[in-house]
Amino acid sequence: MPELTKLYDAVLNGDAKTALAVTKEAIDAGVDPLELVTKHMVPAMDEVGRRFECEEYFVPELLLAARAMKGALGIIRPLLAAQGAQPVGRVVIGTVKGDLHDIGKNLVASMLEGAGFEVIDLGADVTPEKFVNAAKEKSAHIVALSALLTVTMPMMKNTIAALNEAGIRGQVKVMVGGAPVTEHWAKEIGADGYSENAGSAVTLARSLMKS
Amino acid sequence: MHPTLQKLLASGPVVTDGAWGTQLQALGLAGGDCPDEWNLTHPDQVAAVARAYVEAGSQVILTNTFRSNAVALAGYGLAGRVVELNRAGAAISSRAAAGKALVFASVGPSGKMLMTGEVTGDTLRSAFEEQAQALAEGGADGLAVETMSDLAEAIIAVAAAKATGLPVVATMVFDSGKNKDRTMMGNTPEQAAEALAAAGADVIGANCGSGIAGYLPVCRRLRQASDKPVWIKANAGLPEIVDGKLVYQNTPQDFAALAPALIEAGASFIGGCCGTDPDFVRALKRKVSGCA
Repeated sequence: MPELTKLYDAVLNGDAKTALAVTKEAIDAGVDPLELVTKHMVPAMDEVGRRFECEEYFVPELLLAARAMKGALGIIRPLLAAQGAQPVGRVVIGTVKGDLHDIGKNLVASMLEGAGFEVIDLGADVTPEKFVNAAKEKSAHIVALSALLTVTMPMMKNTIAALNEAGIRGQVKVMVGGAPVTEHWAKEIGADGYSENAGSAVTLARSLMKS
Repeated sequence: MHPTLQKLLASGPVVTDGAWGTQLQALGLAGGDCPDEWNLTHPDQVAAVARAYVEAGSQVILTNTFRSNAVALAGYGLAGRVVELNRAGAAISSRAAAGKALVFASVGPSGKMLMTGEVTGDTLRSAFEEQAQALAEGGADGLAVETMSDLAEAIIAVAAAKATGLPVVATMVFDSGKNKDRTMMGNTPEQAAEALAAAGADVIGANCGSGIAGYLPVCRRLRQASDKPVWIKANAGLPEIVDGKLVYQNTPQDFAALAPALIEAGASFIGGCCGTDPDFVRALKRKVSGCA
């Protein structure tokens, strides 16, 4: 039986090779794949997120950890699907129309995946209509909006209005983020939550799933 | 020191310019459009912004070429117009400066991360080389590699800029970490200063970020970490909602009030980034002239 703390450490330290090796060993030894995810990998990513929020980890550490997690998830996902396991939640994410910045959005998407969410990443420069259609088609629980420019932030308002007009505003939670975005702005436009970075985005998404 | 810089710094700290994007928006640029494109479609408006800064007292103005590298322009479908856009941007600023100010052309980040493999070092190298060359051809007096978050990318851009023979400024955004003193990738001012100077930067510094006060300690550390002059171009704070509109709360007076402290912390070049305008430059000029 492989030492599963090695899996936690491998993800935390961004060691993709070890993460994959330990995962393979564990599956072969008959360990429940869901347990690997929920008891070892997600807690590791939670710690990564916490360190990122506490500003001890920076983008490189986050990316390496996410990569390690994704590698391991690559083997686990088909097994989970076969089991009929459901993701923690479904999130449609994108950078709003007119804005091409996607680094922050990509980091949030990575962290949400690491936390067990199914993430539908629409990319950048996404119209309100595209957000609405994706939310409908994928039965999303959460719509996550990113913007880096003050001039494109107002597009978040338009996107929320579009969700309203499409009659699905009540079925999804909207979370927003991006360098110039603030808690105040999020409230002003009627979003359900604001998070300052990729780590706290996971905390927020989890709490939005509960509310 | 590069003769251009020696001459510039001979009479004390130098006032650079302020934000361009918001100035162009005030003249009709639609949010989400590529500002750099206006070098070709609305050159008169771009020239007006340049002139406004020269008239406000900027001794160095930049150019409307922040996104004009092939990688960033590809997002707007403009990758084929790199040379035109950069030459035009440099030429517009040069004409507007009309000998009253120097033109340091803006070279911004590609928007893609080396670390995720979404772009390669070779692609960045060729993109920044193409841009730097075109800016030099357009008449720039210097090159300002700015708003960099990734040291690896910044080094590539500085090397490309250096190949033109023009003086090169290299500034990064320090807004992460417990003390808001690191880049997004975790680089400290010391690491940045060392690496950028080694890559050939003539001037090092910080721009954008969350306001001028936060950059005082960063400025001090940059100054101590190398023998290069330091360039600081801070934001007018972070935007807030006032009556449904996005407003930067820092006034020109608030901003300029910190100029003496910034100079004492070692800054040789002072200007503004997001949220600033010619009024900020006027206020800075008054303060800086008072200090000289």
